[in-house]
Amino acid sequence: MNIFFHEFKSYLKSAGIWSVAIFLIILIYFSAFNTIAVEAEDITRLMSSFPEELLIAFGMNNMNFGTLLGFFGAVFLFCQICLAIQASNYGFSMLSIEERELTADFLLPKPISRGKILTAKLLAAFLALTVTNLSVWVSSFFVINLVRDGRDYDTNALVMVLGTVVIFQLFFLAVGMVISLLMKRVRSVIPLSMALAFGMYILNIFGNMLGENTFEVISPFTQFDPNYIINNGSYNYPLAMISVSVILIAIPASYLLYQKRNVASAV
Amino acid sequence: MSIIEVNNLTKYYGKARGIIDVSFNVDEGEIFGFIGPNGAGKSTTIRLFLSLIYPTSGEAKIFGKDCIKYGPEIRQDIGYLPSEVFYYEGMKVLDLLKYSASFYKKDCTKRLYELSDLMELDLKRRIDDLSYGNKKKVGIVQGLLHSPKLIILDEPTAGLDPLMQQNFFNLIREENQRGATVFFSSHILGEVQRLCSRVAIIKEGKIINIQNIKSLQHDNYKKIRLEADHLDEKAFSFDGISNLQRENGVLSFFYKGDINKVTKIISGMQLSDVIIEEPSLEEIFIHYYE
Repeated sequence: MNIFFHEFKSYLKSAGIWSVAIFLIILIYFSAFNTIAVEAEDITRLMSSFPEELLIAFGMNNMNFGTLLGFFGAVFLFCQICLAIQASNYGFSMLSIEERELTADFLLPKPISRGKILTAKLLAAFLALTVTNLSVWVSSFFVINLVRDGRDYDTNALVMVLGTVVIFQLFFLAVGMVISLLMKRVRSVIPLSMALAFGMYILNIFGNMLGENTFEVISPFTQFDPNYIINNGSYNYPLAMISVSVILIAIPASYLLYQKRNVASAV
Repeated sequence: MSIIEVNNLTKYYGKARGIIDVSFNVDEGEIFGFIGPNGAGKSTTIRLFLSLIYPTSGEAKIFGKDCIKYGPEIRQDIGYLPSEVFYYEGMKVLDLLKYSASFYKKDCTKRLYELSDLMELDLKRRIDDLSYGNKKKVGIVQGLLHSPKLIILDEPTAGLDPLMQQNFFNLIREENQRGATVFFSSHILGEVQRLCSRVAIIKEGKIINIQNIKSLQHDNYKKIRLEADHLDEKAFSFDGISNLQRENGVLSFFYKGDINKVTKIISGMQLSDVIIEEPSLEEIFIHYYE
């Protein structure tokens, strides 16, 4: 428990900042909603004059600007990017930070097994991500109700979209962690987490542009495309299972790798 | 009973050598020195004890139990001071020490304050703001606060001023009298000589000698220094003489063998001064490395 509390405390500031950032993204985008919704037809016409590829790049191709959830779909994509970066950051740094800052020489000689260390760290990171997840839920409902101005929306669909956050976060957390353990030394976390988060995002864009199911199916951005969920009122279960499987493989693999890891020393 | 038992322990980092076929025992209540230059494999050996790294082959047992299999259990009674101390960013000294204490079953609060007093440690300061020497003190308190049965020190005195070193050595002696076994790794021979009863010398990953400190000095070499106006160094060109050096009117050398043979030659000389002494461990050590 001591490791868990220690770790969670160290995440608090970062989790708070991400939570506030996501709240601001939702609030600022939605503050333009009423203006846009009134002229939705004009804007849709304007949009159709843009190249299709550009719209796809910003997740605006299947978007219905006139409705709350249609608009939310585009905003949520930006939240997803933030969530992906945050979760990858935690995944990549969770264990590697001990080696980078050489605190492994403090922690590992303590009378505790590596398995327990990893469990405590994983739970702490997950709880920190859950704080941000909670902020996404609260911010979404709060802001949508703030600007809805008598318009109705499908609460079920919104809950379904928000329900994907936890798997989305776990995917980046687990993949980041297992990659950090496959590397001999993680010198710097930000480039790696940016590469993972934006790599998956770009994969999704290319997939949409080419319009065929190929590599993009491994991207959680594709698996949990908010527009798909809103338009169909259901998850894309076969694709979502890919994320779940990756998580279920990456976490036990991390335990194995960490148990066997030779911890690099100062010299 | 052996507190540490090392059998044919070998560690390669890929193709790079860590240690090769290292075997030795450390008995209960001993202060065991482990000396060698940087890169000889001292830290590798220690990191294997603590299962920070895993051996390529061979095994190490502590308290009679395998280091890896029973790692968490045996580490309950090990105190470790790494050569370089690094701690979590933004923590205060007291927070870190309490965090460290929270891993052990027993209540370490009293000992925590005692040790901090002894090392003159300011508990309220942030660790980031501490000097290297003060961080080292945090490391010492952190390593000893649970009154471990085995204390593993990896070049512990670097960064400590002479007064603090003295405090630290006294502390280690006290812990030893309390019953703790000490494994003391260092490249400074003087301190090993002051503290340890036995010593293992490691060179390029291999143990080249394990000896009683006293016998290491006694059995082997005498250091002889002669001062006179007319010295004939040819008189000393026989077996057992090494490191013969002449400087102005001073002739100095090491001698190993029957001491009467040398004293006879010396007695026939007109000298202004003569010193026959035990070579320091340092000098013996350099000899091993030649």
